[in-house]
Amino acid sequence: MNSQGVGSSPHRAGGYDRVTGLQEYVADIRLSDALEAKLVAIDCAHARIVSIDTIEAASVPGVRLVLTAADLPQPVPRFGPQASDRPVLAVDETKYHGEPVALVAAETLEAAEEAARLVRVEYEELPAIFTLADALAPSAPLVQDTSLRPNDPLAATNVFREHRVAWGDVDAVDADLVVDRSYTFPMVTHFPIEVPAFIAAPDGDGVAIWSSIQHPNWLQKILAKLLGLPLAKVRVHAPDPGGGFGGKQHAKYEPVVAFAALKTGRPVRLVLSLEETFQAMRRAACETRVRSGFKRDGTLVFQDIQANYLIGAYVDIADRVVGKGSYVGAGPYNIPAVRIVARSVLSHTMPSTAFRGFGNPQVNWAVESNLDEGALELGIDRLEIRLRNLARRGDAFIPFDTPADGDWQQTVRRAAQLIDWGKPLAPGRGRGIALGVKSGPTTGLSYSIVRLLVDGSVVVYAGTSDMGQGARTVFAQIAAEELGAPIEWVTVIMGDTLVVPYDQQTSASRSTVLMGNSILKACRSIQAQLRSMAARVHGRPESEISIDHGVIRLADRELPIVDVLKDGLGSLGGELIGTGEERKVAEAAHPLGGAPAFFEFNCTAIEAEVDGDTGDVTILRHVTVSDVGKAINPLQVKMQDEGAALQGLGHTLMEHYIFDEGGRVRNLGAIDYRIPTSMDLPHEFVSEIIENGDGPGPYGAKGMSEGALLCVAPAVAAAVRDATGAVIRDLPLTPERGWRALHG
Amino acid sequence: MTDKIPIQMTVNGRVRAFTVAPQKTLLDVLRDELGLFGTKECCRVGECGACTVIVDGRTVDSCLMLAAEADGAEVTTVEGLADNGRLSALQEAFLDRGAAQCGFCVPGQLMSAQALLAHTPHPTRAQIEEGMAGNLCRCGGYERIIEAILDVADGTEP
Repeated sequence: MNSQGVGSSPHRAGGYDRVTGLQEYVADIRLSDALEAKLVAIDCAHARIVSIDTIEAASVPGVRLVLTAADLPQPVPRFGPQASDRPVLAVDETKYHGEPVALVAAETLEAAEEAARLVRVEYEELPAIFTLADALAPSAPLVQDTSLRPNDPLAATNVFREHRVAWGDVDAVDADLVVDRSYTFPMVTHFPIEVPAFIAAPDGDGVAIWSSIQHPNWLQKILAKLLGLPLAKVRVHAPDPGGGFGGKQHAKYEPVVAFAALKTGRPVRLVLSLEETFQAMRRAACETRVRSGFKRDGTLVFQDIQANYLIGAYVDIADRVVGKGSYVGAGPYNIPAVRIVARSVLSHTMPSTAFRGFGNPQVNWAVESNLDEGALELGIDRLEIRLRNLARRGDAFIPFDTPADGDWQQTVRRAAQLIDWGKPLAPGRGRGIALGVKSGPTTGLSYSIVRLLVDGSVVVYAGTSDMGQGARTVFAQIAAEELGAPIEWVTVIMGDTLVVPYDQQTSASRSTVLMGNSILKACRSIQAQLRSMAARVHGRPESEISIDHGVIRLADRELPIVDVLKDGLGSLGGELIGTGEERKVAEAAHPLGGAPAFFEFNCTAIEAEVDGDTGDVTILRHVTVSDVGKAINPLQVKMQDEGAALQGLGHTLMEHYIFDEGGRVRNLGAIDYRIPTSMDLPHEFVSEIIENGDGPGPYGAKGMSEGALLCVAPAVAAAVRDATGAVIRDLPLTPERGWRALHG
Repeated sequence: MTDKIPIQMTVNGRVRAFTVAPQKTLLDVLRDELGLFGTKECCRVGECGACTVIVDGRTVDSCLMLAAEADGAEVTTVEGLADNGRLSALQEAFLDRGAAQCGFCVPGQLMSAQALLAHTPHPTRAQIEEGMAGNLCRCGGYERIIEAILDVADGTEP
């Protein structure tokens, strides 16, 4: 096997640029003659816009454009990945604090900022709702105008949609014990260190956009529709994002920047502040009521789950998050009767969107915690109750869906072993264990092109976004493995919709599997061409020739690919071109529109102690074990696993938006919103993987970038309860909450 | 408008002289005047560490320091770590240990690590955790970063 190929951990592709400062993110791109832009918002969440006076702002020297909804095509175009509900700029009303009502473009950022302060907006505050209780109250004001929701029976409520999944008859099952509890999960934000940046510029008879976006092809479609341009005239440049985590999946301010560029005929550049970033992306808060029915021996006989997710004023992809995240809400267990009712509830808050785990961590927090409560009441070991109910390979744990696709028992037993489950603990310490399962991509379409150049070097074109997960490296490893090139001879081109073929999206931990398979097919098509070449050059029948790990095998000898290539191409040189296509088609009858390509499965085990005086939780040992099928790059797998785990500790222990009564985020920005630092690392951090080669991706790989986040919270809370007896049902488990639980 | 101020500083060993508006930060100047885009901007309130540079041997959040305050100073940015394209031991260790994921925080992490090792050549793990606490990494790469720093501390000088 190629020493830097599959299963090894070569330096990250693009690593040199990242450690030297040469890596170019959107905010580092400077176009000549560009205008600098600033958004204008009002200090109110829900308001009727009476008037916008731009005269003074427009008179600031250097200002070239003050754009409001009135300057846009009428009716003002709206967009969104699920519902076309978000206007390019606020029309008539603002729906949440921070919603832009105008954009200023000027020769300098200072001029744009000064002018933005001088845009006079007269407005009238309107009644607003910021919590689930208020949104669901019978007299609640409607967040969305009913005209935006034609033929929708729920249009007169703030429930955007209700998702129901059920099998068996929950109401008919006899249980020895029913545990009925409610749990809350906070509103948290992605906080990518690269704040989003956008540039738009007129480009011949079309437009060019630069955005730190995860789904460049989806953005291209949205912009083409809004601007009335053919796809071929919308060029989306998507430099590697500086962290995405789901927050950069969908269009945010690219449309308004594009309109500004076309109006002024000049490039327009908008870099968000971190505060604006907080107002542009977040995870849905959630309240979940779980009723679990058990037999005396711990067998789960039913689960009845009601989850209300607080989404924002516009839907973005939030309702899909609710539907998909709650769908596997009952967990990786064989349960004869399940009923899940999940609702996406609109509010006058910033739109929530995809965030690593995609709606699953919220429900998983509740269901895994409830399972622990059942185990404690029944006097059954918390590991034992999980193993007793856990689906085995091939079990249709969701009866109408993909059966369990891994040896999950193995994963759980390994995590238990690594945390020393069952061994005595020092006083004041406790352990917790929790499982997480997430539905992988349900549809997908990834095209790729691979070029084998005459000297044996390789160019791969793939529309995935490498936002830190290391897709570029994995793709280079696959091509190196298949085509016999040293990995440093492989270049991976991404992020340009006029150069790179279509890829549906970078999400749901899909890219290694779907784009990886596409690249594998493109490489295998080149291998087929090489076999024909070898047959022709060496006068052997093609059936005698095989290619393995970059070497061409004839009946009597082995040849490096590059030798056959040079002989085969002849004196003019040239190259071989392969194309790949990986398609996961939609299934109309499936509740999610398609069965998952794979499940992400993780077991997290925690050892913790709590300071009785301060309530501060210390994570002494954090064990995460993920079933990854095959690690194409084991170091990158570890990086993703540790990163997901640490992000999970964020929403578990410290992160949450705090709103004031007017719907403003009180802890807006880095000073008051805490995320984990190097001081918050577990004292011991153990990340292991299970590799059984049983995934649908190249060499048996599965997707794996989200698993380690799914069940951090229930494992930590369980460890705290084990250590102290304190019961936690509301996150985050801040020192104050911990202290109150201990002393309350 | 207030007049621009003439200032001079040595950046990555090279003397640079220019005039700057008094409200401009060192971060603004590095990126917009000198074209050194390796130093990153995120929070602008000195909390995230993405803009960390070394000024006269000490780490500074360059978003909080006025450019005029750096008049006469010696400034090192991430672009100053490699020697004619040859990576420093710390940069190599970051690659070996997988410390660079999305990479956006990495320039700041490297500058803090560089200064930490200059002051404390053989830090304990606890000293590293504390010394690097001002540099946020949302990819959660702290374990990788700490291992990289320990590699350098255990081996050659930074």
